[in-house]
Amino acid sequence: MSSTNRTDVFDEAPLLERARAGDARAFTELVNRYERRIFRLAKHITQNEEDAEDVLQETFLKAYSHLGEFQGQSKFYTWIVRIAVNESLMKLRKRKSDRMVSLDETIDTGEEMVVREIAVWDGNPEQRYSQEELRQILEKAVDSLRPPFRTVFLLRDVEELSTEETAALLDLSVPAVKSRLLRARLQLREKLTRLFKRKGDDVFAYL
Amino acid sequence: MYLLTCKDFLSELNEYLDESADPELRAQLEQHVNDCPNCWVVVDTTKRTLQIFKNLEPQDIPERVHRRLTEALQRKIAAGPPSAASR
Repeated sequence: MSSTNRTDVFDEAPLLERARAGDARAFTELVNRYERRIFRLAKHITQNEEDAEDVLQETFLKAYSHLGEFQGQSKFYTWIVRIAVNESLMKLRKRKSDRMVSLDETIDTGEEMVVREIAVWDGNPEQRYSQEELRQILEKAVDSLRPPFRTVFLLRDVEELSTEETAALLDLSVPAVKSRLLRARLQLREKLTRLFKRKGDDVFAYL
Repeated sequence: MYLLTCKDFLSELNEYLDESADPELRAQLEQHVNDCPNCWVVVDTTKRTLQIFKNLEPQDIPERVHRRLTEALQRKIAAGPPSAASR
């Protein structure tokens, strides 16, 4: 499995060219590079391991079939993220039941942005916790966000799509993406600060 | 210059963090964060929140899942090249 998971540290144009020409090994290399991130994204959106497996498979099968349509204006990774998000949303729609909150649920835009925890963090959590502990903390925090906030946060701040790309993909307006992202960021900041703050440093909440 | 309240500042927090504010707003946001210890802490902890998520490496996928994917792809590849190759 690839040790690199960033989309911007290597030039993958030659690899893509080979994959497009039918070189199966080149395509497999692209899959190995991105399967972990696509699986993580699908798990966060669907909140279901089996669905995430299906999404992972469908994403790369579709990517292979439609490789000729990928024109290279966006990064290959952004292109497969789009496929994976669409597949994940389809899963959600199919499985829509009472316990699932729809991604299109109406957001009360009048809701205040509350900031309760104002405290500096105690050192660097990345040094204080193991990768595994940190992963569990962060994944739990993301999964506790309401779906409309969670998906926008994942696409903008984890997968690094632009506001416009996120809006188009989720069929939202640009202001809606911005407002959801702000809430998501503040909520995550709040959750992490509760865990990572320096003890005795609490300041009265404001707003 | 119009002085921002903390609430004004927070509503523009994305623009501040993403450096997407126009120069005039940017200057107002800078001034507020320099003068307001609470907002400074919010900015600092939000930046660190985003950074820590960006740094997180995804977990390896279960071997079974990887195998299932690989096998499905092999079947697909055996069935024919991607559309670009046939054009």
